[in-house]
Amino acid sequence: MPALTDSRIYKWVDERFKINDLVDYLSQKGVPQHRHYIFYYFGGISLFLFIVQVITGILLLMYYRPGADTAYESVQFIVANVSFGWLIRALHSWSANLMVFAVFVHMFSVYFTSAYRKPRELTWLTGMGLLGLALAFGFSGYLLPWNELAFFATRVGTGMAGALPVIGDDILIVMRGGEEVTGATIGRFFGLHVAILPGLFTVLLAAHLVFIQRQGMSEPLGWQNTTAAGRKMEKFFPNFLLKDLLVWLIVLNVLAVLAVFFPDGIGAVHWPLGVKADPFAPPPEVIRPEWYFMFAFQALKLLPAHVGFVEGELFGIMVFGLGGLVWTLVPFLDRKSHTGEINRLFYAFGWLVLAFILVMTVMGYFWE
Amino acid sequence: MIRSKHLALLLGLLALSPLVFGQEDNCVTCHREFEDEQTGPSHMFVRDIHAQKGLGCADCHGGDTAAEDMEDVRRAKNYRGVPTHRQVPDFCARCHSDPAYMHEHNPSLPTDQLDKYKSSVHGQRMFRERDAKVADCISCHSVHEIGSGLMPHSSTHPLNLPQTCGKCHADAEYMAEYGIPTTQLDDYRQSVHGIALLERHDLGAPACNDCHGNHGAAPPGVTSLAAVCGNCHVLEAGLFKGSPHQEAFSQNDLPMCESCHSNHLIVETSDIMVGSAEPAVCVQCHEPDDGNAGLQTAMSISTAIKELRLAQEEAGKILAEAGAKGMMITDEEFLYKEVNQALIQARTQVHAFNADSVMAKTTEGLTKAETVQTNAASLIDEYYFRRKGLGLATVFITILAVALYLKIRRLEKNQ
Repeated sequence: MPALTDSRIYKWVDERFKINDLVDYLSQKGVPQHRHYIFYYFGGISLFLFIVQVITGILLLMYYRPGADTAYESVQFIVANVSFGWLIRALHSWSANLMVFAVFVHMFSVYFTSAYRKPRELTWLTGMGLLGLALAFGFSGYLLPWNELAFFATRVGTGMAGALPVIGDDILIVMRGGEEVTGATIGRFFGLHVAILPGLFTVLLAAHLVFIQRQGMSEPLGWQNTTAAGRKMEKFFPNFLLKDLLVWLIVLNVLAVLAVFFPDGIGAVHWPLGVKADPFAPPPEVIRPEWYFMFAFQALKLLPAHVGFVEGELFGIMVFGLGGLVWTLVPFLDRKSHTGEINRLFYAFGWLVLAFILVMTVMGYFWE
Repeated sequence: MIRSKHLALLLGLLALSPLVFGQEDNCVTCHREFEDEQTGPSHMFVRDIHAQKGLGCADCHGGDTAAEDMEDVRRAKNYRGVPTHRQVPDFCARCHSDPAYMHEHNPSLPTDQLDKYKSSVHGQRMFRERDAKVADCISCHSVHEIGSGLMPHSSTHPLNLPQTCGKCHADAEYMAEYGIPTTQLDDYRQSVHGIALLERHDLGAPACNDCHGNHGAAPPGVTSLAAVCGNCHVLEAGLFKGSPHQEAFSQNDLPMCESCHSNHLIVETSDIMVGSAEPAVCVQCHEPDDGNAGLQTAMSISTAIKELRLAQEEAGKILAEAGAKGMMITDEEFLYKEVNQALIQARTQVHAFNADSVMAKTTEGLTKAETVQTNAASLIDEYYFRRKGLGLATVFITILAVALYLKIRRLEKNQ
């Protein structure tokens, strides 16, 4: 079979756009092969799921109508009356949850392999920014169907922001568009979800991808100290790219099965439309945030009313803020790993954070 | 319940505090020394509505509350002491029939209780026949622990009222000389009304007084029975009045609702009550060879309702299946509710005893039930279509993935 580069179409394009230069550049790039190689795919999986999000989000946008009187009804219409509307909503919701999961796996794999070390500090920072935006996507999208669960979960979520000292009240008013969660809140969350966040996400994603392409895949710690024979590399183009594509196809298949068999989600990951939000109705017995916010929600719930002279909830938010700051600045705080040695202090910190998230999440679902 | 008792006790104690702690009223001080803590009037009175309204012993019994000796109390000019059975109605009415006095304490309470009582069977036996056993005020309201009908501990609270009436009316020995049945309480407890009130605690369900009246208690006669039931069952009563049965029942002195539904033992209605054979109630009066169209109409009504009920059940089954498969059935559920509504309306129309008016409703219900069935069946088809579609898509994606995998392997081999 003739190579792709010999085909007439390739030559036609190359004659006009000089893509040979790009192919040569990509061919020279290598992907280190080692026992943690599989984690390289999670960045690509996150990207693929984001693309699914964009496509399904645009399709939903054609029928969704923000507003207290129209949001719930329009989602109901999408699910019940629009051809394949149920599938689009299910794909959007499943890919959102899987994307957050993939992003978390990607982040922890980068952290535990110290891939954030010099010279990839900015790649880590943009990645953290993308994680923050992904969570903001989840939080803002949760309210949009304007159903009972979304309404009360948003009231609790925005209420937490209101617990911040000095600026808390102002933040709450800005987030809600008033003192209570109303139709004005949908307007704000909708604008955030479909315009502001995608804009910021695209910029950060572009920077993240450019950094990766310029710097290549991170090599494992101590790689430079091994012999050339021990440093096995794989061509980025076409080998890794084709494997990436294969993984995308597998993820697409998984996504399709989940969307068709569980269009409303399953277990802790579920989004049934349920009943329309009624601000005057009593809140449901159990109000739970989405699974990726559960650890924070549970930890805040466990805190006493006061820690010293500080309110418990405020104390928790401050600790989370400080922890998040340390996590974000880790490339600058960890000065040992860029010499090729593992920093045991930060390694232990990473495991502590992971264990905390897992334990709190499990407690949130199974411990009353 | 416990909380409300405590609240009543507290309010009573507060109301009694001037009596208990003040030096003027010695009734409570003395009576508490020798009366039983559970049944003694001075102890019970703290829970009494009168105590809560600020009244004391002397407001009913008279006497000098400042007196320290019982003889001095009795010597006071306004001393009324303990009324006899026959004196009780006037004893209570001294205040309760005085609009000006009642206005100061409870303006919303009527003041015609004595007049109504005199018109009741109880009152007539009391005053005309000097019956010493018939119920007076305290027989129903208790004494020294009287509560408003809204208070859960009160003997006149709806949940307690059947038992209050049954105290006499369910006592066969006590009622023997009156020659009336004593099964009413047991019947009521098994009735649809009794189950709603006493088991489900549905305060909207009628207790004894809702049909018989309270102070003017009397059994509803043949002519007023439809009006009594029609108080709540307005539509049924209206349809009955326009039906051919209205005149027939009047001519034969038959009680209207009771003839088919009984009185105290009113069980939940069912479709088998209408028809041309047992256990339908129609055959209690109509006979197969009576030469009129009564049983023919009953048969037509029964068939029409049965047809709608079966269609409704079938629609419900298919709809539940579609829902269980995760399909969006909101619109169909609304329509299904309309089918249920049509069935309820058709059952109500039975009281017009006109097959055409029943069929108008059943036809409407059948059309909607059919739509629900068709739509639900389409949703189930859609469910299987989705799975077939998924199967095809999965096969296609898998072929692509396998092809890609083979390509990668060949590429790696050639390198």
